[in-house]
Amino acid sequence: MKNTKQLLLRGLAVAVAASVFSLNVQAEQRFPVNMPEAKDGEYVHVPPTMEDLEKSDFHPELKRVIRRGHDLFVNTQQLRDKNVFNNMNCSSCHLGEGRLPFGGPVWPAAVTLSDYRGKNGHVNNLEERLVGCFTYSMNGKPPAYGSDDMVALTAYHQWLAKGVPMYQDGKNMYGRGYPKLAEPAEKMDYDRGAQVYKDNCSLCHGENGAGVVQNDKVVFPAVWGDDSYNWGAGIIRHYTMSSFIKHNMPLGRPNSLTDQEAWDVAYYIGSQERPQEPRFTGDVKETREKYLETFHKHSSYGLEVNGKLQGEGASMGRKDFLMPDIVRSRTFTAD
Amino acid sequence: MKIIHRITLAAASLCLAITSAYALEGDAKAGEQAAVVCAACHQPTGIGMNIQGGESWPKLAALDAEYLHKQLNDIKAGTRQSPTMMPFVSMLNEQQLKDVSVYYSQLPAVQGQFDDAATEEELAHGEKLAMEGDWDRYIVPCMKCHGPDNLGVGATFPKLAGQHAGYIADQLHAWQAGKRDNDPQHLMVAIAERMDDKDIRAVSQWLSRQPAQR
Repeated sequence: MKNTKQLLLRGLAVAVAASVFSLNVQAEQRFPVNMPEAKDGEYVHVPPTMEDLEKSDFHPELKRVIRRGHDLFVNTQQLRDKNVFNNMNCSSCHLGEGRLPFGGPVWPAAVTLSDYRGKNGHVNNLEERLVGCFTYSMNGKPPAYGSDDMVALTAYHQWLAKGVPMYQDGKNMYGRGYPKLAEPAEKMDYDRGAQVYKDNCSLCHGENGAGVVQNDKVVFPAVWGDDSYNWGAGIIRHYTMSSFIKHNMPLGRPNSLTDQEAWDVAYYIGSQERPQEPRFTGDVKETREKYLETFHKHSSYGLEVNGKLQGEGASMGRKDFLMPDIVRSRTFTAD
Repeated sequence: MKIIHRITLAAASLCLAITSAYALEGDAKAGEQAAVVCAACHQPTGIGMNIQGGESWPKLAALDAEYLHKQLNDIKAGTRQSPTMMPFVSMLNEQQLKDVSVYYSQLPAVQGQFDDAATEEELAHGEKLAMEGDWDRYIVPCMKCHGPDNLGVGATFPKLAGQHAGYIADQLHAWQAGKRDNDPQHLMVAIAERMDDKDIRAVSQWLSRQPAQR
């Protein structure tokens, strides 16, 4: 009896996901989205929209704060020179307002945290996770814990997770993160990656990786250089970048590159200059070694690529500090 | 914003502007002469004409010169299908195609036309698609590539704001039907395929009403 019910519920969830998430087929589409189907037993969640928020019976002040969080999420550039010191928005990598499956949707974080994170070796709550985003991906200075902006951002994350049970099994969520691609058939190649970049990416992200800024507004984010994420951002890991690209890029043409192309171009982009690792010890090889198992095993940082030691001589980008003061270790003991 | 960062952003923007303006070697004065063959449809002001129920003639004024030039070349080469335009581009030589592109790009921006009967609901839907998109159908918002105010980005992503509603709708339908295929990396075909008639009507009516200049 229980199994039948579960089967029916899962079937319903998959059907809902299928109908909601762009399996809208009109005539024969030349460039279908090809979003992967939900696997047996996967937990499928369709995050609510901002329209759903307006229609809800939430307190008007809560709606306003969630809207603020949404606004910060899609236009994080408004925190430029205060918390953000590069050309990124949260939505640059967490696509579709943080709702898109396989585009780094952010609702899982709201229900799988607080949890131990290997990155900093202690239990993080959601705000500390966002501290990480600002420190690395935004090459910035995180807003203070409990600040209005943090409350707004976390409220937005929670809104997107509406209805998901707390501590729902994170390994089983449909479309979570950027699921790792199969290992590439051929070893990742810098020159092949350069060609993939030239043919598919440079139109928007520039031959020099700097993206496009127009009339003081960022149009296409920088994928390397001073205005991009720094050497501590998760996306510098080749398995993260290749999956992000495969499932989401070029923008509007997801799943159009081959896995090999995605790996190659991830390796290429991940072997360009960018602002220094905030955890830099003073020596890139030493820094790589210190954070090898927990992070840099899968990045080019501290390795020689094309005769260049990655991360050597990296600047701080547009900020004048390496690691923001708010970042600290935790022991959770009485001391 | 700190002065040094404002300067940096301004410098980056300026570089982009300079690249666009000087990349195409055409002469506006010569272009004005050659554009005599264009004026019947595109008008001396470059405004073109919105033709409801027919083929609209696009506004060319203040569009990017390189973008215009690529379209002319594509039409001439047949990689952009336009039976209407074919005889006219055939009248112009290589240099003249550059000259008219520069000429039109330097004309003052003018506001395109639309259907007055578009409803509030249609316009709200159009605004949503243009500014936020509909990610559930993988319809990326226009502004992501065409610029924060849909005034275009560089030579690749043309100005949409203030373009004739009829022309915008025609192009979206053309991509859908496979009648237009010269978009780089098929970025537009992919988006257009996911839109329905209601979407196309809404977005073209909204975009046409947006300011054609900052």
